[in-house]
Parts: sequence; C-alpha cells; structure tokens
Amino acid sequence: MITALRFRWLPAFAATVLAVSASAAGVIKVGEFASLTGKEAAFGQSSHKGTLLAIEELNASGGVLGQQFELITEDNQSKQGESATIAKKLISRDKVVALLGEVASGRSLEAAPIAQNARIPMVSPSSTNPRVTEMGNYVFRVCFIDPLQGRLLAKFAQSTLKAKRVALLTSVSSPYSVGLAKFFKEPFLAHGGEIVIEQKYSENDKDFKAQLTAIKPTHPDAIFVPGYYTEAALICKQARDLGLTVPLFGGDGWEAPQLIEIGGAAVEGIYFTTHYSPESTAPAVQKFVQDFRTKFAGETPDAMAALGYDSAMVLAQAIRRAGTTEGPKVRAALATTKNYAGITGVITIDGQRNATKSAVVVTVQDGQFKFVETIAP
Amino acid sequence: MSEFLQQLLNGLSLGAIYALIALGYTMVYGVLRFINFAHSDVFMVGAFIGYYAGKLVPAGTIWGGLTVLAAAMLGCAVLGMTIERLAYRPLRGAPTLNVLITAIGVSLLLEYTGQVFFGAAPRNFPALFPVKNFAVGGLVVSSNQLLVIAVALGLMVGLQLIVYHTRIGTAMRAVSLNPKAAVLMGVNIDVVISFTFGLGSALAAAGGILYALNYPSIDPLMGVMPGLKAFVAAILGGIGNIPGAALGGLVLGTVETFVSGSPWSTYKDAIAFAILIIILLFRPAGLLGRFTVEKV
Repeated sequence: MITALRFRWLPAFAATVLAVSASAAGVIKVGEFASLTGKEAAFGQSSHKGTLLAIEELNASGGVLGQQFELITEDNQSKQGESATIAKKLISRDKVVALLGEVASGRSLEAAPIAQNARIPMVSPSSTNPRVTEMGNYVFRVCFIDPLQGRLLAKFAQSTLKAKRVALLTSVSSPYSVGLAKFFKEPFLAHGGEIVIEQKYSENDKDFKAQLTAIKPTHPDAIFVPGYYTEAALICKQARDLGLTVPLFGGDGWEAPQLIEIGGAAVEGIYFTTHYSPESTAPAVQKFVQDFRTKFAGETPDAMAALGYDSAMVLAQAIRRAGTTEGPKVRAALATTKNYAGITGVITIDGQRNATKSAVVVTVQDGQFKFVETIAP
Repeated sequence: MSEFLQQLLNGLSLGAIYALIALGYTMVYGVLRFINFAHSDVFMVGAFIGYYAGKLVPAGTIWGGLTVLAAAMLGCAVLGMTIERLAYRPLRGAPTLNVLITAIGVSLLLEYTGQVFFGAAPRNFPALFPVKNFAVGGLVVSSNQLLVIAVALGLMVGLQLIVYHTRIGTAMRAVSLNPKAAVLMGVNIDVVISFTFGLGSALAAAGGILYALNYPSIDPLMGVMPGLKAFVAAILGGIGNIPGAALGGLVLGTVETFVSGSPWSTYKDAIAFAILIIILLFRPAGLLGRFTVEKV
C-alpha cells in the first residue's frame, strides 16, 4: 500500500502534525510551500487562505478531469533555506503534480530550481522579482514583476507625490528589495528625478535610526522603502520619531494589517503599490470578497489572498486544458494562458512566463487602507 | 555637527541595551567560567512578560511602566535561577564544554517553546511609558532613548553597589577569585551562584523591555542578534569585568550606529566585528580585562 505523509497546519502551534493516510486514486495533489509562520506570516496566511478558497470552490464544482484536488501545504517559517527542502519533499514523497508558492521572491528562488529539475510546473502567486521565472521554463507567476512595479512607483512619485528628490532605504539581504530599488531608480532618474541618498539595512533589523538620521539632513521630498511590512512599519515609526515628516512609500511588500498595527499613527499618509483593491466594484471581485468573508470569519481579502486564489485557478484551468496532470503538458498549457479573468485583473502569460497587469496605489487613512488610484502599465 | 550628536545619541541608547545584556554574560562568566548562551533568550522572555503584563496596567503611565519593568525583572530572575538549578547545577564540576552544550540546549529550548506559546509572528509591543519627543537645536531626543540611558545607568550603579558594598557582593567576588577558598571560608556557593543568575537575568529582562520599547516588534527569536552582540560586547570589555561589559556595550552600539549611518551601511556588522578583532589583537583580555595566567 502506498502511503503518503500529509501535513496539517494548526494555527495555534508552529508545529507539524503528521498524519498517515492512504493516497486515494483520482486525486490531483498540489503542493503549496508558504510562510505560514514567522516574519512574513501575514502574507503567507493570506495567500494560503486564498488558495484554500480556490481549491474548495474547484472541488465543489466537481474538480478537474473528474478528479478532486488535494492541497498539501508546508510551512517554511519565513526562513531562508527551508523552501528547497520542502519543495523536494513535496515532489519526491508526496508526488504532487504542481507547486504553488511563494510570496517572498527569495524563497521562490530557492524552490524554483527543484521544480525545474523535476519537471513539475510551479506557479508563484506573488513573487515579483524578475529572476524567479528566469530560473526555468517550468516556473510561472500570476502577478506583475518588479520592473513594472518600479516604473509605476517612479511614475507615481513624480506625478502624484510631485517628488523630485527621493531618499532610498533598501534591504540588502532581500532580493525583492534590491530588485525593486533598482527598477525604481532607473526610470526615476531618466525622468529627471534625483536620488539624494541611498541607505541600506538587513532583514530582521530593528534599529533604523542611524540610517534615518543620515537621510534627514539631505531634505528629501519623499523616502522610498522597498521592503516588507515588519521593517517598513518600524522605519515609518522611527522616521516620525526623528522628525522626518515627508511621505514614505513602498511596494506590495507593505500591504499587511501588521503595518498599521505596529506603525500606528506613524503610517498615516504613507503610500504603496499593490495588485488589487477589495474596494473594486467588479462583480467577480465582489463575489470573491463575499466568499472569502463568509469562509474566514469576516476577514477582508488583501492582494496576497487574491493572488493566492488566482494562482490556484490559473493552474486548475491549465490542467483542464492539458487534459492530463503530466508536468510537461501542464507546463505547455500554462504557457498559453490567455486573457484569463482573474480577481487581480486579466492574466495573460507572456514569453517570460510573467503576467502583465496594472497596479493600484493604496494609502493609510484613519488606521484603514484606502484605495488611491489605478496605474496602468 | 547635529547629525553627529544625533548618531551619538542613537548609538548610546542602543549600546546601553547591549551593555545591560552583556552584564549578565560577564557576571556568570565571572563566577562560573562559562558562557550562558540561554541568556539572550531570557532577554526575549523578559520582553514577552512585559508584553503580557503591559495589558494589565494603563498604557503610557510612569508607574505602570515601572511596575511592568519590575514584574519582568522579577519573573526573569526566577527563570534564571530555575535554569541554573535544573540545567547547570547538576553539571557543576563537569568539563566546561558539557555545560556550554547544555547552555545552547537551554537556549534552543526557550526559543522554540517560545514559538509554541507566543507564536512565531512578530507582535506589537505596547507603549508602556509616556512618549514624547524633544527637539533641542537640530537634535531630536525621544523620551524612550532617555529612559533607556537612565534606566541602564541606574541599574549599573545599583549593580556596582551590590557587588562592592554588600555581603553577597563580597561573596560573589570571593567565588569569582577562588571558588574553593571561598567555600573553605564559609561562603555558601549555591546561594551565590543562584543569586548571580537571578541578578544577571533581571538585567536581561530590563534590557528586553527597553529594547522592545524602542523597537516595538517582538518575536521569540528576537534575542538572537542582540544576544550575540552583547556577548561580543562582554568580550570586548574584558569578560568577567563588570565596568568592561558596560563599556563594551556602549562602544559596540556606537560603532554600529555610526557605520549604519555611513555609506558603508551594508557592512555594518562586518565592520563592528572587525573592530572587535583589532581591539583583541592589541588587548587580548579586552578593554578593561586583566590578563590572567591559567594556573595548572
């Protein structure tokens, strides 16, 4: 008898509970590696919930190819170095037909070569660093990429914020942050902007006063922090403590409730770009928001949840079109995804296996995220 | 100039926290000649006690903040003494390496038990004390920074008084100088060691609270980096030497801050540790340490 180790994640415990179960014939196994705990847990949790909702809806409507989906989720604790091991385990022991993950580009980059070598298609919901899909032709994503996000941010800084002189504060240990900083800088400088100072920090840093103190005398019009919400919230707080009153802005790494929880009053009036806004009036979005609230105790889905949902849906429709779960055929079907109407916009996979989409700008007002504008690519 | 002063202030308030943690490493080394690696996790537990106790008192009041500080120090003192009683005392007399491995074990136990009980996601630490920013010239001084420096200074002076002007302090110094002779002179070595652990852990708890007040995002692994830096500070100042640990912490915090604010901020930790290596090349026993010949 073939047995499979299945992983169940319990919210209260960052522990693994292993259950042994017989693998049923006629089940399509999909592996998900996610940051369910740790520093980017808010992202991992959101994305995971979106994926869960998609799998549930797919199964309720009869599954694909007459088979039900089974989602096998593994937690990488937001740590570097875990995702490759997890991807190997999911592929070799659980025999998944495809991988879904990750939010953080750095961790997608770790798992991508494993998927590529095993010829298992991998769909990343929200890794925006361009290198992720360059890892091989089995690696896809359903979100926009940082060159686009950087360009849109530069456009936003110049036309909406009217910022000519911008200070940069980049995390050197995150590929996402380094990439986004670079893709912001190029178009920003090309359109007559000026980077007055560039300061660096590392992931897990808590003290940014030194960098901010160095930024202060350069009198920038705005401060750009391409990074994740845990650090971004502390940076906003310490910037306000030091008397820096200019707007701070960032990318999709900022969108998490923790930004407001930790940042408090200091994050009022900040801006960031992201993938979608639950305030959209499109019927598909409204239905998704409703279903999500019903399933997860009234929680409003953020961009990560919507992308998690879209990643599973894009994969499912590729399997349907391929008519099989064989890796190479699913890969070919994924590569020809065209005009798929997702929650986060119309998804067409291009030659580099990326999705080109518009971005929305969000601000914080009275402790709430507020939609500002949509910027088209 | 005002930027220089601002960085100096930032550095001193960071260094004061390193110093508080470093004192615990150095005191334990002084009496037991081993590095208590679990110390940085006692620091983390201190912050979490503060987090939960902070919910019981009104936020932003001085008496509430001081009560929480005292509660965390007391809680961690008990924790430190318990760790010593259960994990280290049975190994007394065993090779130092065994105790060291046990210390690493206790450290991991605290970190991962912490992840089970507190969860791995970072939490927002409440503002226990009233927060106010003062602008002096071009300088912005936050009340939290002043609090850190004041509390750290107060505790260090208190520690100095205990070590040099009380009976138990005299006993601590006697044990540190020669444990066997101290026993022969009638010093109860168990009590002294227990007290040292309690005192060191209480200082770590104070460090944890002050750290969390300045950087209000706490998680079970928050002690790892500050713990490592404080350990380095203790060595830098001369391990086993109390004023040395304080000086080492301040030096390390200041250097780190100045490098962070410079164009070489990427190499922040590399430069801080390179300075450590250079200082140790010229002063192998640390800044204030006295070089002692191991007697065989």
